[in-house]
Amino acid sequence: MKESNYIKLEFPSRSSNEAFARTAAAAFAAQLDPTLEELGDIKTAVSEAVTNAIVHAYPDSIGRIAMRLRIIKGSTLEISVRDWGKGIADVEQAMTPLFSTGGEERSGMGFTIMGSFMDKLRVRSSPGRGTTVVMQRFISPRQGLR
Amino acid sequence: MTINTAFNSGRLTLYLAGELDHHEARNTIRRIEELLDEYMPRDCVLDLAGLNFMDSSGIAVIIRVSRRMKTLGGRAWIENPAKQPQRVIDASGIDRLVPVAVGK
Repeated sequence: MKESNYIKLEFPSRSSNEAFARTAAAAFAAQLDPTLEELGDIKTAVSEAVTNAIVHAYPDSIGRIAMRLRIIKGSTLEISVRDWGKGIADVEQAMTPLFSTGGEERSGMGFTIMGSFMDKLRVRSSPGRGTTVVMQRFISPRQGLR
Repeated sequence: MTINTAFNSGRLTLYLAGELDHHEARNTIRRIEELLDEYMPRDCVLDLAGLNFMDSSGIAVIIRVSRRMKTLGGRAWIENPAKQPQRVIDASGIDRLVPVAVGK
């Protein structure tokens, strides 16, 4: 089996890194030849996951966020966003549409959007230790010339 | 993120351009509220044709503008969303609260 490609990035939880993280994810995803729509979906899901870590994991401090992207089974992009922050006591509640403990600039739709733009979404969290969000998106191979 | 405005017979159109994420949202909300206070419009149109990227923070901005216009006794709606914002609007179901008008 062909060895799959991956990248790992780590950055501080500053909101200016939201744009960097989604742009880096899009640049990595480009090797799967995604459509503009697929690329937009990936950028959006990454933006939501990273923003959640910035807003909720480290509400009063700057902490570490690690993003890992890899290609599995030749044409699926797996994205994981990990933090070592506050954690989520009730993951199910956090994933309920419109539920939010964020400020005026959050809508409570982050997990809903990750879930609808990705094929798989898994959230593991333990209070006081951090959260890992793992998402997968299948990129359909395109035939012939564009 | 830039906001250009047009005001015509009670209707304030806000042309949002660039990328609207959590990093940009707080300033965007503040800026729009200043504009609403300044113009006191009857209708507020959010024109998203120039918005290259928006995540759920954009939904929060739209909800806020809509609520604000309701308290002012007016209306708010979205016009001409580019493709990526349109997908976020669809996924969020916000079009049940704020009308979306396409093509003009």
